[in-house]
Amino acid sequence: MKKKLVGGYKPQKKSTTSVQGNKWSLLLMAPYLIGFFLFIILPVLVAIVLSFTNFDSITRPDFVFFNNYTYMFTEDTVFMQKVLPNTILFAAIVGPTSFILSFLLAWLLAQVPKLPRTILALLIYSPSLVGGIAMQVVWVVIFNGDANGYLNSFLLNSGLIEEPIQWLQSTKHLFPIMCLVTIWGSSGVGFLSMLSGILNVDSQLYEAAYIDGMKNRFQELIHVTIPSMKPQLLFGAVMAIVNTFQAGAIGVQLSGSNPTPDYSGQLIVNHIEDYGFIKYEMGYASALSFVLLLFIYITSKIVNRILGTDERKKKLPPKDIDENILPSMKLNKEEEDSANVAVSRQ
Amino acid sequence: MSRYQGNKVNPSHLALSQIKFYLLLLPMAIFMMLPIIYIFTTAFKPADELFKFPPAFLVVNPTFENFKMLFERMATTAVPASRYLFNSILVAVLTVLLSVVLAVTAGYILSKKEFRGKKLLFEINTLALMFVPIAVSIPRFIIIVNLGLTDQFIANIMPIIAMPVGLFLIKQNIDQVPDSLIEACYMDGGHELDIIFRVIIPMTKPAIATIAILSFQSAWGNIEASSLYINNESLKTFAYYISSFTSGNTGGIGQGLAAASALIMFLPNFIIFIFMQSKVMDTMANSGIK
Repeated sequence: MKKKLVGGYKPQKKSTTSVQGNKWSLLLMAPYLIGFFLFIILPVLVAIVLSFTNFDSITRPDFVFFNNYTYMFTEDTVFMQKVLPNTILFAAIVGPTSFILSFLLAWLLAQVPKLPRTILALLIYSPSLVGGIAMQVVWVVIFNGDANGYLNSFLLNSGLIEEPIQWLQSTKHLFPIMCLVTIWGSSGVGFLSMLSGILNVDSQLYEAAYIDGMKNRFQELIHVTIPSMKPQLLFGAVMAIVNTFQAGAIGVQLSGSNPTPDYSGQLIVNHIEDYGFIKYEMGYASALSFVLLLFIYITSKIVNRILGTDERKKKLPPKDIDENILPSMKLNKEEEDSANVAVSRQ
Repeated sequence: MSRYQGNKVNPSHLALSQIKFYLLLLPMAIFMMLPIIYIFTTAFKPADELFKFPPAFLVVNPTFENFKMLFERMATTAVPASRYLFNSILVAVLTVLLSVVLAVTAGYILSKKEFRGKKLLFEINTLALMFVPIAVSIPRFIIIVNLGLTDQFIANIMPIIAMPVGLFLIKQNIDQVPDSLIEACYMDGGHELDIIFRVIIPMTKPAIATIAILSFQSAWGNIEASSLYINNESLKTFAYYISSFTSGNTGGIGQGLAAASALIMFLPNFIIFIFMQSKVMDTMANSGIK
């Protein structure tokens, strides 16, 4: 795997460049950059600009300074009372839960041999392969409001309830169901990354740690596994954040209406669609978009700080490993760093 | 007890001591699988079983009725089902091809060339991993309109071919390709394209497979383009069509149709992943954000 590719070779800082090379560099880079700019950077910039305007998508947008933002925080009671608290709560529940669950599942999987691991990993990963539309189909039927819904029929038969519950139309049940469904579908790329991260921790690190007196799996996890795979943890965390916010439309998909019943499952994404594509207030919708992006950015900064792989904030101790004990550590920088962490924790 | 007992992670054999892990993993795996098993069984249920009360989880007499009905029902609309399916396949194939080409070429330059702003560019791209398309669906819509892409077939493809996660993964993997191989290729009089075809692509096949899977998934399930940018029915995709008639169909026959269409959406993703899973895992080894 990684070893095979690296093969003891230490990458050089400088690579070959020439005048002819530069022209080609630009040419090869350009297609990606154009797509990246047009559909990722530019939409963000346009959202920021439009957020300061009144725009109904037909007449010219007129500049209104911070009106959209003042409206959002002072007059849009639905936003302040329902949408914002819902979004924060949803992110706070789904994000950490799906991240921790993915990590625990990945760690458990790493404790069993390859064949059962591959099969179980495939089963656990498959919900994320179902994708939005199919996911909606399944869960809508399971939580169907009449006696034919799987959950209702199960509860009725076992005598736990007297009458079928309108799961997806009830203001009480919609939100927890949204969280459950999103967590169910959350073990995606981040989960695979963390599984791979755990499996690729250098076995000599464990060996060295056991020589130094490490006794059990829990210590293994805390002192070797987690410090060695921080990059994958961070990747997993970013994916968990994306997954959480990308799932923003789930409430509308499940309940079948925007706005959701009494705004109980309304998240910022639904509010944006409500204003943008239903009420055609594009300026205000853009302001909401910008707030959402800011929200995602701040979340990721917090995660970055907690996981602490940001080198500028946390300088790793200088190389002080005895190369005779850990000869493989010369292989590449990533492993060298993790070795430093592991050794310095002892 | 401080004696080294061998590495506990990634054991090579089954052992009695692993039972506790299976006891935790199996219930989780079953919980994850239940809705998927439901899709399978319901998709093959005949009408009388769909209307059965109380609903049974498993199918007794499996049939292809639902799939037949699904396609018959679609055929009654102005555009035949095969057209939607053809559109979807074309969109998926083109998206996979283009996103791989874009990611490999850009990843190669970003990994192996020195230029001003290189580090910044990669940082912006890493930041863009967090990009949530639905957050900016309105400005994206405005941009599509201004580019004149509305009601164009490529509106299905263009917005999703630049994948930050694709560039990120391929760049991390190209970093592992030794510079000496590239230099050797230069010595032989190789061109930049020769390097990409003879060195980079052969050495990063797992990463390319991974990007292909990810872009396939995003293209196959994408309904954004069909529902927002395209009004012409004959240019819309299968995913969109399924989503348009499954919403609100939750009882009896509708349930069977919905499950059948969910299965059609799920199976390609699942089968491709089964074949590619070892390559994906290889790629993920270099997926960390440093």
